[in-house]
Amino acid sequence: MIYVLFAALIWAMGWGLNTVIANGRAAKTSAAQIGVPLIFGATVLIIWELLVTGLNISAVILPAPTAIATAFGANLTILWADFFQTFVKGAFSGYVIGCGAAFLVAIVVDRYDFLRRGLLPVGNFVAALPIVGTAPILVMWFGFDWQSKAAVVVVMVFFPMLVNTVAGLRDTSTMQRDLMRTYGASYTQTLLKLRIPAAMPFVFNGLKIATSLALIGAIVAEFFGSPVLGMGFRISTSVGQLALDMVWAEIVVAAIAGSLFYGLVAKIEQWVTFWHPSQRKH
Amino acid sequence: MTKAGPILTVVLAIMALWYVACIPMNVQETLTAAERAGAVVTPDNARARAEVGRFSLMLQNTDTLAGSWSVERARLPAPHQIVAELWDSTWTEEVYGRRGIVNSGSLSNKSLIYHGWVTLSATVVGFAIGAGLGVLLAVGIVHSKTMDMSVMPWAIVSQTIPIVALAPMIIVVLYSFGIQGLIPKAVISAYLSFFPVVVGMVKGLRSPDAMQLDLLHTYNAGQGATFWKLRLPSSVPYLFTSLKVGIAASLVGAIVGELPVQRGGLGARMLGGSYYGQTEQIWAALFFAAGMAALLVALIGWIEARTLKRMGVQA
Repeated sequence: MIYVLFAALIWAMGWGLNTVIANGRAAKTSAAQIGVPLIFGATVLIIWELLVTGLNISAVILPAPTAIATAFGANLTILWADFFQTFVKGAFSGYVIGCGAAFLVAIVVDRYDFLRRGLLPVGNFVAALPIVGTAPILVMWFGFDWQSKAAVVVVMVFFPMLVNTVAGLRDTSTMQRDLMRTYGASYTQTLLKLRIPAAMPFVFNGLKIATSLALIGAIVAEFFGSPVLGMGFRISTSVGQLALDMVWAEIVVAAIAGSLFYGLVAKIEQWVTFWHPSQRKH
Repeated sequence: MTKAGPILTVVLAIMALWYVACIPMNVQETLTAAERAGAVVTPDNARARAEVGRFSLMLQNTDTLAGSWSVERARLPAPHQIVAELWDSTWTEEVYGRRGIVNSGSLSNKSLIYHGWVTLSATVVGFAIGAGLGVLLAVGIVHSKTMDMSVMPWAIVSQTIPIVALAPMIIVVLYSFGIQGLIPKAVISAYLSFFPVVVGMVKGLRSPDAMQLDLLHTYNAGQGATFWKLRLPSSVPYLFTSLKVGIAASLVGAIVGELPVQRGGLGARMLGGSYYGQTEQIWAALFFAAGMAALLVALIGWIEARTLKRMGVQA
């Protein structure tokens, strides 16, 4: 019981501290912008730990953060092998193939108006479908190893990327295109010097959406069959063994991988589309 | 008509490609079936055929390839086989099946309609919970600076995390509490639709500009009045956009949630099909899920159009 009271106290302290910072004079500084969410996260973790200990919650229901950290530290080699199998081999190769293919198809689609009017509604439709459902079929076709995971990722990222890129390629004004024409620019020159650069904010929007889809696709595809490693495999087998600390450790890996991947793409975006209003420093 | 033309052409082209792709994809199965039926096939046993490439097999056995579109358990079933399977597992199963209306007096629990209903109910319950909580949190975030600064960054980061990975654990943990059936799947659905709704709704509630907020200030409107008369109405378009994303995510959540526990639903149907090599069953379940997703998104789009029209927004 004392733990529960202590947890409530910690909550009140953390929240109170954040309220003071958020409404204080320093709220606009970048230290506060980073510090407040960190304090909040730390408070949640401490309360989690205290409640699990205090209420005697069994480890097969909710392991404490320290237990998860221990499992994480004790299984670094397994986690790294799983990460490599699922993320590097499955998700990342599928991401590159899928986004690359979608970008090229988008250029073709954009060139022929007929294709654009025909393929774009179909692409929009497919982008909203539960494409993870193709996982059992693709696992059957490409076997249990990473190739089938990459294939699922390709199918998942293709349409969001296609729709975004096509929208981006159309995002030039008549004035800009007329200017290129007065310069006597050919189709290729207009494409390379005006329209692809102008499409970059949209392309990166598609790339960012695709980062989380890629991880989801690779992990879910492993639920349908995989070799004896991989993040999805580890999660489903560890759940079966009620080794929930390992499941959480794997989820921590997925969270870190997902946010780093997203952060990386966002960083490249800043570097490529520095000219766009949304990237300007105020 | 000018709009339907290109779409129809693209769809027909995809169909044609599909039929062509059936030939190389199914060549092994086709030849085995033809051999069993007594046709002469080169090479004349399945093991030797496994060594030869698909395309040379096709060239050596051109006269038996017509069977590519009617093989059972094909690697790639032809579209008409999938349509037939859809018809068999909905109408035929419900009406004439062993547990259908004619034979048992009640609706069959083996049909796709039943499985679809299992998935749909979890999706809708989860979506309602997730979207409701999402809107509430968004209201909290907009009105409390502390909440905004502490919770919002986590809501954004959580969008980059494959939350689906939690699904098997949620199912098993809730099962150990004796909770099973619809609720665990609804929890996953709720979780997946929650964050898109929070992020979209916060954006929407913040969309009134300083001028509009100042105007309400000069009217001496309080926080409540500002919320009901300005923030909430201007957040509606954002809300519906994120609801569409949310319901699609909810459906994915419900399907993935059905994988660990095989108690009916489209996800169970897909996994069952992949265990037993019933490819037509997987494809039929996939198309059924796709149809459901399209209908759900269209339904929200329809409500959106009606609401915006009633609110007097120019479409």
